[in-house]
Amino acid sequence: MGDFYIGLVLVPMTIGALAAVSCALLGNFLVLRKQSLMGDAVSHVVLPGIVVAFIVTGSISVWPMLLGAAAAALISALLIELVRNLGKVEPGAAMGVVFTALFALGVVLLEQSDTRQVHFDVEHALYGNLESLVWLSGMDAQSLFDRQALADLPPQLARLALALVAVVIFLIAFWRQLVVSTFDPVFAQATGVPVRLVGAALISLVAIVAVTAFEAVGAIITIAMLICPAAAARLMTNRLIPQLLWSVLFALLSAVVGFWAAGSGMALIGSGFSVSAAGMIAAVSGIILAACALAAPQRRGAAG
Amino acid sequence: MRWAATRPLPVSTANWPVAEMNVHVADSGAALKVRGLSVAYGDKPALSSVDAAFQQGRMSAIVGPNGAGKSTLLKAAMGIIPSISGDALFFGRPLDEVRSRIAYVPQRASVDWDFPATVIDVVLMGLYRSLGPFKLIGRGQRALALNCLEEVDMVSLADRQIGQLSGGQQQRVFIARALAQKADLLLLDEPFAGVDAATEKTIITLLKKLVREGGTAVAVHHDLSTVTAYFDDVLVLNVRRIANGPVDKAFTEEHLAEAYGGRLVQPEPELA
Repeated sequence: MGDFYIGLVLVPMTIGALAAVSCALLGNFLVLRKQSLMGDAVSHVVLPGIVVAFIVTGSISVWPMLLGAAAAALISALLIELVRNLGKVEPGAAMGVVFTALFALGVVLLEQSDTRQVHFDVEHALYGNLESLVWLSGMDAQSLFDRQALADLPPQLARLALALVAVVIFLIAFWRQLVVSTFDPVFAQATGVPVRLVGAALISLVAIVAVTAFEAVGAIITIAMLICPAAAARLMTNRLIPQLLWSVLFALLSAVVGFWAAGSGMALIGSGFSVSAAGMIAAVSGIILAACALAAPQRRGAAG
Repeated sequence: MRWAATRPLPVSTANWPVAEMNVHVADSGAALKVRGLSVAYGDKPALSSVDAAFQQGRMSAIVGPNGAGKSTLLKAAMGIIPSISGDALFFGRPLDEVRSRIAYVPQRASVDWDFPATVIDVVLMGLYRSLGPFKLIGRGQRALALNCLEEVDMVSLADRQIGQLSGGQQQRVFIARALAQKADLLLLDEPFAGVDAATEKTIITLLKKLVREGGTAVAVHHDLSTVTAYFDDVLVLNVRRIANGPVDKAFTEEHLAEAYGGRLVQPEPELA
């Protein structure tokens, strides 16, 4: 293990893995509730969120942006529920209507306001900046115990660790309500489960986790991780808890293999430059899903 | 498995207070009574000021043509869909006070059977309410769930994925889940829709046994030819109440003609 290995490889890889696992865990329920598009919805409404946050605060520092994005995501989740109930349309259609409308609103706001001077880095938003989330003070194992060095850790690491803890606590605390209202909402309601509240809590958490992940690792990983590991895991097993564990394994595998392949892997095949780690992680998760669709034990149609 | 008329949410049979078991035996009133219940979908009325009572210790059917509001009546009574006016009393009390005495069996087609769960997983969902959020499922709960599967002749399929079951087997799983709730009142939305003859026989035999032991069952029912054989009481419904009472009084040609608009055609069983 050479110098800087911890700081340059392990730290960004861990950040990617934390984002991937948080998204994958929640993604299981989105996939089962046929709300997989929620990741796309949230990624689109982030734009109006940060534009409004900038207009209100005049600052482009992290917290106002994060709060604005999270608020927009929550508002969009509420709007989607509203459109679904009032319009009596399927969830996918409701999401499509709400997120395109809010995204358009964001574009209009961006053009109308002074934000044009502010540099909104589209590429950063899409691909994230995983490779730059390095820990330059982390030269060796010693620095793991050095308070000063630890203070230099990228703040995304702590934020995403916190997000993962929130996801795990939510799943444990509301497990039964979540499961029964996902499988059979009518029965759940008859037994007194607050089905709508549980659904709203799930979507809110997805919004918060997604926005935290966007800021650290970009939209591509986030959207991919909300769908791919859970969809692949569904093909591996016919029970819910094993499905969640498979999805975590696939998320970790994508993060580690993807990050490695983007850097060292490219060097191995003789390429002189590395590729986007976020893109590679998302690609690996897609490959895993494809492999499961072809060969997994419980793939649809083969199970009957 | 025992089926006492009045069990307040027992977790294990060992600790039922004897006094509580008999508390409700004296009142032989309605297990479910709706008064002036009105429901609308948009501006289309689904139920119009319906009064109905379903007596304890009886098997009741709700019959009527498609769109008559049969399922709507059960859902509105359970607070699953909002009602415009009227109320529902269970054992003389509001729903929230007696929810654990009621088991609701939704239409089989209302869920996605591709969900990653086995037969016993679904039956155990009937225990979630009594277990609360954190109490783990132990040997006792599994034994109880297997008992309930035994009642519907499904023990051998306990570990099968629910998507691999036939329609009749899926319906039996739903019935077993309701049994696990140990309720005094079963509300069933089309329990015989799209099931095989053997399943229909198993379910009706089981329901009759439960009712003999003091339970109450109310089922939305489509097959007019079996009403007399299966049920004690009937509610004939077409948005408004046409008749409600013992089968020999309420289930008459005249009432059916009124409900089905003169043509006494056998309606197709509806799945959704």
